[in-house]
Amino acid sequence: MKISVQRDDFDAGTEIRKLAGDGSVGAIASFVGLVRDVPMTLEHYAGMTEREITKIAHEAATRWNVIDVTVIHRFGELQPADQIVLVVVAAGHRGEAFAACEFIMDYLKTRAPFWKKEHRAGTAEWVEAKASDDAAAERWAKEE
Amino acid sequence: MKVRLLFFASLREQLGTSGEEVDLPSEVATVAALREHLVQRGGAYAKAFGGKALVRAAVNQDMVQPSARLKAGDEVAFFPPVTGG
Repeated sequence: MKISVQRDDFDAGTEIRKLAGDGSVGAIASFVGLVRDVPMTLEHYAGMTEREITKIAHEAATRWNVIDVTVIHRFGELQPADQIVLVVVAAGHRGEAFAACEFIMDYLKTRAPFWKKEHRAGTAEWVEAKASDDAAAERWAKEE
Repeated sequence: MKVRLLFFASLREQLGTSGEEVDLPSEVATVAALREHLVQRGGAYAKAFGGKALVRAAVNQDMVQPSARLKAGDEVAFFPPVTGG
């Protein structure tokens, strides 16, 4: 399992290839989140971010038959179209890989301590949390 | 009882500090009581922590409910609802 919170960009292809494994992996699902529309600064709580993401990835691994997980989340100054987050899940079959990947993203959005500040036309504003993100994460609790 | 306070994002900006060391009176034993204690400071603290302000808390880097108990040496972080991903 690889969890990284970093300033630097990442290469999704490289990270996906790293999880190809030894023949037991039949499916790799990945998600890349990008900056939309406006430049932003991402602040985080160093230490806790890694802890929370690790907890979420472990939870996904206990729910589905997951072979390996990589999560990379950036912080700092980001421009439109920049990559923010990468989730890669390797599993035996696609259903498990897709589900675990979506679960990790949904929980990451409501639990990992990151905050976005958008910069537009000389002003900077903190992004407000969305109720739809809470609903997306709660959906998984109901399915238990 | 001494604890380390940390503030993040809009809360950090509102308060003008990213954190401090505080020596709490013995009756301030939970996260909810600490929040109320900070409201009593007035000014920016009353605004940031009072009323319906949406503030989340973590103790030693684990998310907690307001009823969570505090002990000496804890790292207590306050922040707005998260917006990563």
